[in-house]
Amino acid sequence: MASIVFAILFYFATLLLVVGLLYRIYIYARTPVPLKIPTTPAPTTTGGVVLRMMREVVFFESLFKSNLWIWGLSALFHGSLALVLMRHLRYFTDPVWGWVDLIQPFGMYAGLTMLLGLCGLWWRRIFVERIRYISTPSDHLMLLLLIGIAASGLMMKFVVHTDVISVKEYFIGLMQFNILTLPADPLLFMHLLMVMSLLVVFPFSKLLHAPGVFFSPTRNQKDDSREKRHIAAWAKKLEASE
Amino acid sequence: MSDITAPAYRAIPIIPALKPGAMEGKGPFIATDKMNEALGFPGHLVDDWHDRAIAKMGELLSKYRSFKVFMDACVHCGACSDKCHYFIGTQDPKNMPVARQDLLRSVYRRYFTLPGKLFPKLVGARDLTREILDEWYNYFYQCSECRRCSLFCPYGIDTAEITMAAREILDSVGYGQKYTNEILGKVHRIGNNLGLPGPALIDTLEGLEEDVKDATGFDVRFPIDVKGAEVLLITPSADFFAEPHIDSLIGYAKVFHASGTSWTLSSMASEAGNFGMFIGNYEQLRKIALRIRVAALELGVKRIVVGECGHAWRVAYSFWNTLSGVGSGANENDHFAMMLQKQLDHRYKQPAHICEFTWDLIERNALTFDKSANDKYIITFHDSCNVARGASMGDLPGGQFEIPRNIIKAVANNYVEMPLNTIREQTFCCGGGGGVLPDDLLEIRVKGALPRMEVLQQVADEHGVNFMATICAICKAQFTKILPIYGFDRKVVGGVHQLVSNAIQLGQK
Ligand code: SF4
Ligand code: SF4
Repeated sequence: MASIVFAILFYFATLLLVVGLLYRIYIYARTPVPLKIPTTPAPTTTGGVVLRMMREVVFFESLFKSNLWIWGLSALFHGSLALVLMRHLRYFTDPVWGWVDLIQPFGMYAGLTMLLGLCGLWWRRIFVERIRYISTPSDHLMLLLLIGIAASGLMMKFVVHTDVISVKEYFIGLMQFNILTLPADPLLFMHLLMVMSLLVVFPFSKLLHAPGVFFSPTRNQKDDSREKRHIAAWAKKLEASE
Repeated sequence: MSDITAPAYRAIPIIPALKPGAMEGKGPFIATDKMNEALGFPGHLVDDWHDRAIAKMGELLSKYRSFKVFMDACVHCGACSDKCHYFIGTQDPKNMPVARQDLLRSVYRRYFTLPGKLFPKLVGARDLTREILDEWYNYFYQCSECRRCSLFCPYGIDTAEITMAAREILDSVGYGQKYTNEILGKVHRIGNNLGLPGPALIDTLEGLEEDVKDATGFDVRFPIDVKGAEVLLITPSADFFAEPHIDSLIGYAKVFHASGTSWTLSSMASEAGNFGMFIGNYEQLRKIALRIRVAALELGVKRIVVGECGHAWRVAYSFWNTLSGVGSGANENDHFAMMLQKQLDHRYKQPAHICEFTWDLIERNALTFDKSANDKYIITFHDSCNVARGASMGDLPGGQFEIPRNIIKAVANNYVEMPLNTIREQTFCCGGGGGVLPDDLLEIRVKGALPRMEVLQQVADEHGVNFMATICAICKAQFTKILPIYGFDRKVVGGVHQLVSNAIQLGQK
């Protein structure tokens, strides 16, 4: 029974995530950018913009300039999360890809550093006056959700082991639209439920910062306003009468 | 308002504690019916302001990707929270950039997102009420659109864009600011922000020619409406009469004279400033920019050069090509832009900043200076926010920092930098930009100047700095007023071309 419920929930969550995100991205892409507004100094070439964006996405360059605490904790959290996600690929691939095997040992400890980063960020949200002031209940809940996911995952890894072999079979089955049995383990259920909630809220929440950063005109525009005329379709129409 | 005093300098520049409600209030003077209507806005607050405001917000969300993405992407990380000079100076938490954005974002969430519709409390979504509208009016006129926050945000969220959207919404329901809307009316009616009519302008220029003749013995001209001139100079109208602005105007004229450049001003387009940007209104921005296009076409000039003005340079550098075709690289069959671009000389940057123009001459060794003429000064340079973060100069990114400094070093001997985290792209706004310059906002102006005044005091104490050069009409006006409140002489602020003017040797080459 649980296996079927989880299967339905998972299909639903994945669908919502994919459709929701694609829809968002479509909206962003469709919305015009009438003016040149890169935050200068800005690169003057496309290559330069790609580099700027990479520094932003990979190293959190602006955050680094702003505040070393937030930068360090975010980098710790996001870096660890990336490793953890990559490590989780082993539950969806058979045979497991070579590089996923390679990062396995790091991936395990990344779970711990991820939790550390999250707790640090939450600590700031609670104890730094300015950040407490700007936080909404959803900001706290989002962190709690991630902390819950990390903690339940770590518990399964280091304390109460779950039958990962069956879990893996179940997910590979799901990917082939074949519903097998999911081990009845409360920790596992919690872990999966929380992950699904995250997938569902993704396209409706501030998690949109992930696709959003690529569409941010202050970061993705070239500084070439004098060299090339830039004009939006709705603005061009105003010129018809001139 | 004379009881406004300067806040105390911070012993070490620590992040200030919050003082909720410190800058609550009614905001700046509101525009009269006539001022609003002249710009096509409702004269005063309309009865259905709620629905119209939400509709306007929806319209802007569909027209500006920046606004849409910025509304969604903020994660409340707080990286921007201590970066605003108005927050530092007032300690009002609503002057933290993210909190300022949230004044609008909370309403966006309520009306345009699913979680905000379903669980408003959870995501900090709010119904738009009259109190919130008033709060917008108060706090969105405590932002100078300086973009300092955007520099530090991991997603490049620019509160200036949000402020522009908020003001646009306010104007659309008849809740306009007197200062900006009155000036916008003047620029349309008379041709410049000061409302200086053509004949008065010509008089002023003739007086200037006599003054310069008396001072130097040379016939330096201040031509206006000269057809067939090579260069059209577009400069902030404050340059025509305000102190210390006028000294820079004299500097430009001397540079043109010494290099034998034929140039002209335009009585129709006697203003570089474009307050359309302040209120985020594209139609206003465009209409004002078009005056320059018309003047350039009528006068048949080959080059367009812009005088010392911060936000004007942002509009000229970043927006003119879009708005009016003043620039290069338009598409062959873009008739509107080509009409003008065919006429301009594309061996030069179009438009060019007066500092680019002067520096180019200095590099080519076409000007002679007596640097000792500036020896009474120990000089520092205040980067103006909109030049620093909204525009550039020269060919390389960062030219907007190097070129003015290079000029100063070419015309003067004593130059000192202020601390690195307060200059170049990290510069602090003067405190009076983006529509925050009227005297009814004096309190926020004084407090917003705190971060700049602190470091000016520091270099004054350590190095004896007694002159802060800048290339912005608003910076000059703001500091002239604010410096005495912080115990400096008002003459400590001046233009880069004021220094050029002091040192340039006429009749040498
Ligand atoms: S744009 Fe400038 S004035 Fe406005 S919130 Fe950002 S830092 Fe403050
Ligand atoms: S730095 Fe950007 S993401 Fe962080 S709180 Fe400020 S606006 Fe939001």
